Amino acid sequence: MKTESLWFIFLNASLINNFVLAYFLGICPFLGVSGKLSTAFRMGMAVIFVMLISSMAAYGIHAFLIWVDAPFLQLISYIVVIASTVQLVEMFIKRFSPSLFKALGIFLPLITTNCAILGLALFQTNKGYNFIESFVFALGAGIGFTLALVLMAGLREKLDFAEIPLIAKGVALTLLVGGILSLTFMGFAGLGG
Amino acid sequence: MESKPKGKLAGFFHFPQGDGLSTDEFIKGLWRENPVLVQVLGMCPTLAVTNSAINAMAMGLATLFVLVMSNILVSSLRNVIPKQVRIATYILIIATFVTVADYVIQAISLDVHKALGAFIPLIVVNCIILGRAEAFASKNGVWASFMDGLGMGVGFTYALLLLGFIREILGSGSLFGISLFADSFQDWVIMILPSGGFFALAGWLLLFNGLKLRKKQAQPEQTREEVLI
Repeated sequence: MKTESLWFIFLNASLINNFVLAYFLGICPFLGVSGKLSTAFRMGMAVIFVMLISSMAAYGIHAFLIWVDAPFLQLISYIVVIASTVQLVEMFIKRFSPSLFKALGIFLPLITTNCAILGLALFQTNKGYNFIESFVFALGAGIGFTLALVLMAGLREKLDFAEIPLIAKGVALTLLVGGILSLTFMGFAGLGG
Repeated sequence: MESKPKGKLAGFFHFPQGDGLSTDEFIKGLWRENPVLVQVLGMCPTLAVTNSAINAMAMGLATLFVLVMSNILVSSLRNVIPKQVRIATYILIIATFVTVADYVIQAISLDVHKALGAFIPLIVVNCIILGRAEAFASKNGVWASFMDGLGMGVGFTYALLLLGFIREILGSGSLFGISLFADSFQDWVIMILPSGGFFALAGWLLLFNGLKLRKKQAQPEQTREEVLI
């Protein structure tokens, strides 16, 4: 029973209610970094990592804030934790893969303002998940984000060679593709019971 | 509808050279640098809460408030904040005002608060606000930053309303909760679903792109061929 519900949390976060395509969280990197497949994949990995850490930290912070009875500090402390995690990841990537650091560019520090990560922390608090459930939720959300990003990047790489009317070039086209992707993801509704 | 975009397009190509400084700061947010329609920033709330006009308005006003207040505070503290920790400081300032907005909305209307859900706290991570703090308020005076925040906020709000109108009219056949059509109207359910958000925004961008292209077409000869391809 326990494993089944964990499995459901995972499926729910990654496919059924995909963070990008159903909740519109993390649209900025979704539109911005989805130009190249390899960059998109690495960006996804960085986001998964930040999500896992910040989700665990958010769980601890929430428990602490309940204990000291100061729920109005929730938002501020979450965002501080996320910002410091991103800083950590940034230093890590800069040290071990300067080329990736260059490719991600401005979008790396912008993970801080990636709604998906703060959204994840807020959702898990609202839903009252325990520690393990939070972890699985974060993993599912991160994988769902990466999946959406990689799918989008693959489509856009193909679209680069297509002849597109001038009027639809750029963001409008990306949004249309995103809409269709979102439609297809609705097909996952009801999965996992 | 016909005359409105025209006037804005005129502003788009005019590029007023700042003598009437603060009005220009205000006007640029409305169209020339409109956060949603031109810069394509702050997409999460834009797409997520615009499934009805009232939600769109509440979200727009909340963002307007946070944008104006954080711009004022950031610009008045701009000489005090050390360069290295400025982003963290901005985020803290923004988070404080968002917490205020969250509690205020909860006090005014519990329904709206419920409908917007987690998206009110998510104003913190709206790129527009941090973007304006970093790009404008940290370099300009308090009055100019106030006008900039106001302009950007109004621009954001009306862009959200444009989306909210379309999605509510087509998706549930009503506007601000008032039913518009007879019973025979078949709701376009897709418009209130997530994918409708993508399609509605894409539609508006296509429309504005078309208007821009047309404007360009009317002017120089050589770009016309490119346009026609």
